[in-house]
Amino acid sequence: MENNILKKVDLIFDNTCDPLVVVDKVLAKSPDDVILDIIDSGLKGRGGAGFPTGLKWKFTRNEDGDTKYVICNADEGEPGTFKDREILDKVPEKIFSGMAIAGYAIGAKEGYIYLRGEYNFLLPMLNKKLEDFNRKIKAKNLDFIISIKSGSGAYICGEESALFESMEGKRGEPRNKPPYPTVSGYNSKPTSINNVETLVYALMICKLGPDKFKELGTKDSRGSKVFSVSGDTPNPGIYELELGMPLKEFVSEFGDGDTKAVQVGGASGHCVPRKHFNDTIIGFEGIPTGGSMMVFNSSRSMYNVLHDYLEFFTEESCGQCSPCRIGCQQLLKGIEAIKKGEKSPIYIEELKRLAATMKIASKCGLGQSVCNPFTSIVDNFREEIIY
Amino acid sequence: MTKIKHLIQNFSLQKFKKGGQKMSNVENLVKELVKIHGKNRNSLMPVLQGVVKEEKYLSEDAMMAIAKELDLSTADVYGTASFYTFLDTVPRGKNIIRVCKTITCHMKGKDELIKALEDALKIKVGETTHDKQFTLLTANCLGWCHKGPVMLINDEIYPETSPQAALEIIEKYQTSTKK
Repeated sequence: MENNILKKVDLIFDNTCDPLVVVDKVLAKSPDDVILDIIDSGLKGRGGAGFPTGLKWKFTRNEDGDTKYVICNADEGEPGTFKDREILDKVPEKIFSGMAIAGYAIGAKEGYIYLRGEYNFLLPMLNKKLEDFNRKIKAKNLDFIISIKSGSGAYICGEESALFESMEGKRGEPRNKPPYPTVSGYNSKPTSINNVETLVYALMICKLGPDKFKELGTKDSRGSKVFSVSGDTPNPGIYELELGMPLKEFVSEFGDGDTKAVQVGGASGHCVPRKHFNDTIIGFEGIPTGGSMMVFNSSRSMYNVLHDYLEFFTEESCGQCSPCRIGCQQLLKGIEAIKKGEKSPIYIEELKRLAATMKIASKCGLGQSVCNPFTSIVDNFREEIIY
Repeated sequence: MTKIKHLIQNFSLQKFKKGGQKMSNVENLVKELVKIHGKNRNSLMPVLQGVVKEEKYLSEDAMMAIAKELDLSTADVYGTASFYTFLDTVPRGKNIIRVCKTITCHMKGKDELIKALEDALKIKVGETTHDKQFTLLTANCLGWCHKGPVMLINDEIYPETSPQAALEIIEKYQTSTKK
C-alpha cells in the first residue's frame, strides 16, 4: 500500500466503448491468444470463489466435444450483494459481449444467463436487448446465441453445479466434484460458468490489454472489483474499487464514525471487528469477497446479525447432506439456547466444533462457509452472543 | 412423504374421474407451455414458472398435467417444485407480496413495513386475504440492501418503502384489480 488512498475505478460501468467493437477486435485474434491474455491479466472470478478465469476458459477449450456452453451466473443471492443487478441493468450489452468472447475462446455455440427469479423485472428489457445482440453477432458470422433462464428463489442455485441441475429441470442440489464444470457441466457437457462481473472484466481486459488491468490491485489480487456497500453507512451503494485495499481505508470512507464491525463477503463471509480494521486486506491475500460489505455500528447487536445469518442458511440449505442440513439448524438452536440461559456459555465451544466439522464435511460451499460468519462473530463478540 | 403418496393416489383417481371429460384450463395452459419450451426435462422449470405466473400456484391438477406432458412421475414434478420458494404448491392470492427480511433491510425498518401491511390487509405473514387478492410473505435477500426496506409484489420491485408508501402501493393494486 503505497499511499493508503482508496482508488475508485471506472471500468465496469464505463459506457464510452461499444462492446461490439471489442468483440471485433477479439475475433481478429486466435482463441488461444484471447485465453492467454485473460490468464496473463490475473483475473479471478468475481462471484466469490475466485477461480482464475483464464484457466477456466482454457480447461473448457481443451475438452473434446462439439457441444460446450458459456453460462453467466446471475443468481446473485448473497445477502448484502446487489452489484450484479446493477450491472445487468446498466450495461447488459457488455455482459453479452463478454459471453460472446468466452464462447469464441472456448468454442461454445450457446450461452445462457441464469437470472435469479427476484430479478424477473429485468427480463423484458434484457430479452429485448438480447434479441438485438444475437442478431448483431449473427451478422458478424460468429456462431453464438444467448438466451435467459430464470431461477425461482433458491440461493443454493448460485452454486455452479446446483445451477446446472436447476437448468436441467431438477431440484437445485449441488453435485459431487469432480468432475468439474469445465469437464461436465450443463447437460453433462464442458461448461465455462462465470459471474456477471467477471465477464464484463474479461471484455474490458480484451479492450485495454492485460497490462492495463494488472496496473490495478496487488500481486495476488489483480484489478478492481465492484463492491456493494450497505448497512450503517451514510453512502450505501455500488462502488468499483481497487482490490487489495486495507479495510481501515474502506471504513474511513464508508463508515459513519462509529463502525463496530464489517461483514466482508456477505452472510457466508467473515466478520471483521474494529480491532482488526488495520490489519485486514480486502482481496485474495486477505479476505476475498463477492463484493458484499455490510457495515454495522455500535448500536447493532451482533447476536441479531448472527441469528439472521443462521436463519438464512437454515432456510437456504438444500438439505441434501447432513452436516449442512442438521448443522445449520443446530447452530441456530444452540445460540438461542445460550441466549435464553438454557445452555451454559461453554456450549459455544461445542457449537464451534460443529461449525468446524461442517467446514470439512459439507458437500458444497454453502455448508462449508457457515463456519466463517459463525466463528468470526462468536470469537469477536462473545459477550453479545451470551448476554 | 405422505403428501407425495396422497398426490400419487390422487393421480390415478383423477385420471379415472376425468375419463372422457373435456380438458381443464390448466391442462390447456400446460400443453401450451410445453409447446413453447419443448417436450423434455430441461423445460420443467420454465413450464412450472409459466403455470405459477398464470395461476399463482401449482395445483395438484397442474402438477399432474405437467407430469403427463413431460413424461415424468408426479412425485418428480412435485419434488422439483417444492424445492423452490417461488414455486408455491399451496393456493396464493392474486398479488404476492414478499418483504425482504435480511439483516440490512431489518436495520432499515422491515418490521414496521410488515406491521403496516399486516394491519392494512388484516392478515399475518404467510396468509392470504379473504378475497384472495393478496398473500403476504417474507423473502431472503432481494438484492436491494442499499435501498431497504424493500418489497416485491409479483415481479415489481419497491425499494425504500416506508410503511405509509406501502399502503399507497397496496391501494393501487386493490383498485387496479377491482377494475
